[in-house]
Amino acid sequence: MYKYKDLLELKELTADEVNFLLDTAVPMKEVISRPIKKVPTLRGRTVVNLFYENSTRTRSSFELAAKYLSADCINISTSASSVAKGESLYDTARTIQSLGADVIVLRHPMSGAPNLLAKMVKAAVINAGDGAHEHPTQALLDLFTVREHRGEIAGLNVVIVGDILHSRVARSNIWGFTKLGAKVRVCGPPTLMPPGLAQTGAQVFYRLEEALVGADVIIMLRIQKERQQQGLFPGLREYSRLYGLNRERLALARPDVLVMHPGPLNRGLEITHDIADGPAAVIEEQVTNGVAVRMALLYLLTGGGAHSEADY
Amino acid sequence: MKLIIKGGRLLDPASGRDETTDVYVQDGIICARFEPDKSTEIVDAAGKIVAPGFIDMHVHLREPGYEAKETIATGTAAAARGGYTGVACMPNTNPVADNRFIIEFICKRAAEEGRVNVYPIGAITRGSRGEELAEMGDMRDAGAVAFSDDGRPVSDAGLMRRAMQYCKMLDAPVISHCEDQTLAAGGVMHEGYNSTILGLKGIPASAEEVMVARDIILAAETGCPLHIAHISTAGSVALVREAKKQGYPVTAEATPQHFTLTDRAVTRYNTAAKVNPPLRGEKDVEALREGLADGTIDVIATDHAPHTFDEKNVEFDLAPFGLVGLETAVGLVWTELVHTGILTPLQAVAKLSQHPARILGVDRGTLTEGSAADITIIDPVFTQTVDPEQFVGKGKNTPFAGRTLQGLPVITIRSGLCIYAA
Repeated sequence: MYKYKDLLELKELTADEVNFLLDTAVPMKEVISRPIKKVPTLRGRTVVNLFYENSTRTRSSFELAAKYLSADCINISTSASSVAKGESLYDTARTIQSLGADVIVLRHPMSGAPNLLAKMVKAAVINAGDGAHEHPTQALLDLFTVREHRGEIAGLNVVIVGDILHSRVARSNIWGFTKLGAKVRVCGPPTLMPPGLAQTGAQVFYRLEEALVGADVIIMLRIQKERQQQGLFPGLREYSRLYGLNRERLALARPDVLVMHPGPLNRGLEITHDIADGPAAVIEEQVTNGVAVRMALLYLLTGGGAHSEADY
Repeated sequence: MKLIIKGGRLLDPASGRDETTDVYVQDGIICARFEPDKSTEIVDAAGKIVAPGFIDMHVHLREPGYEAKETIATGTAAAARGGYTGVACMPNTNPVADNRFIIEFICKRAAEEGRVNVYPIGAITRGSRGEELAEMGDMRDAGAVAFSDDGRPVSDAGLMRRAMQYCKMLDAPVISHCEDQTLAAGGVMHEGYNSTILGLKGIPASAEEVMVARDIILAAETGCPLHIAHISTAGSVALVREAKKQGYPVTAEATPQHFTLTDRAVTRYNTAAKVNPPLRGEKDVEALREGLADGTIDVIATDHAPHTFDEKNVEFDLAPFGLVGLETAVGLVWTELVHTGILTPLQAVAKLSQHPARILGVDRGTLTEGSAADITIIDPVFTQTVDPEQFVGKGKNTPFAGRTLQGLPVITIRSGLCIYAA
């Protein structure tokens, strides 16, 4: 049983709790492989997707996860610009609470917004990505994908490449993979590397060729083009030359390496097309597994698993 | 009006006195021993510390302009409850205290409603915009005791140099909130492991230290007395220590939050711990304590910065910087510095009264005969848990809620009149 009201960050979970979430996603994946992808488990429950940031894939993934479980699901999108001058998160939270939401899925450009929301509402809050803090469901789907291929996470060498400074995906994956016993390496230019990473258990590399030696899993992060305008690195051409994943670099990893990307891809920038579409890439599987993982969370956060007999 | 404070431990750093004795007050002035008559008020101070009235030289009273956060009436009431008999208020009001009229307004309101003495600080530049000098001479005549663009540091080094050259003739210090904006660059907490795991933008130690170094160099060159507000890093302590060794006219203050808390207080996005400069790391706290002990840091000030509940009940990035300090500072000094042996009681009293009075050039900070009878009485064993709902100031934004403090002000006397009793 999942003992928390919310899922805000992987940092606060134990290895057993992470494994339990992943185990719960296994039968969910079976559901979505059926021709009729619908079970009545969450009938009468309401899921609200509250998105303060644009997101097609995460929002769609949560929406389908809710619908496959027969929950009612609505989407509220608020542009980030209205956050500062519009209705406060506090008032929005009270409104959504009063509408009768059981689960609120929050995407927000500011770190910690889900932690704040969780204190304000009785509904379960799922962090769907907040600022540069965490994106726990992304890490769970990454873990699920690796576990499907390798069976075991422990002992694997996982390399995360790119803008670690601004990446919530990197942070959640560092917590998730290290908790399950993998060795995590992060690689990127020093100006995109936050301080204190060694304390998380991750090993820091600036040279991709060194980071990739013996890698079992490579997670490529999307480079945001506006970071260059902020002066954080000299240019996209040099970035691609130093940190782009191509055939020559991939050869440094283990032959059975898995290449992952949270999307959306900058083809030809952080990853070449032959790698993105090649046999090592599991990028589409990640998307499918995302739905399964989110179904598991919606199920557990609405009280599922509290009984010994699961009703899916 | 006659008053005798009996049997307390008198701590008067100006005269070096630390002895159990009676203190005599007549007509608001400390005086020689006299025989009590029927009208003489007697305060039993046995077991208590009797000190010159404390002066907090870094306070935001918010009036005019931000009366929802604090007013001169509520801020000075909070000061009295906190054991202070005087506060110096920063000019970042609305409008900014950058001209004689605002300084006069503050003095007038303080005379009408102020529970404690109020010493206004004028802005260095017009609107604190950092573009052109404000009329500091005029403000000085109207009662300003110092000049600062607190919170909006003068980034133009040439302008800061001219401000210090000009200020020198006014016999008033420049108070510098040292923060290089290009290095702080929108940060919201100390840059380090905790900012990394919280995903919040960091303010590196260098953002403060670069400007501390710059302003020390300018003070040395111009000869203008420079007081560095709320230093927070080990590097700043080292810079000030070296400046003093060189004999430059530099003084510095530290706040209770910076010598008590680290950036771990921000964990779980506690906006009550969002403050500028940010709460730093362990070694910075250690360095501040060393700097307080060895005299590098002259003053303990609060940077009392009240905000409303709604302003702080938002996403961490959106919350304003600042926390309230007037009603917890003395308890934190005793709990964290005196009872731990880092400061003697006499040193603590000096940093809370004698030194701020000297730096601001105000005629306070001692209990020698003939001085104004501004007196703070502390019970060094009195213990209480911080409950923001008990604060008389408007702001409840403190990261110390629930913390137990030992050593608290029990009586505050201004010009011989009791303005607070526990």
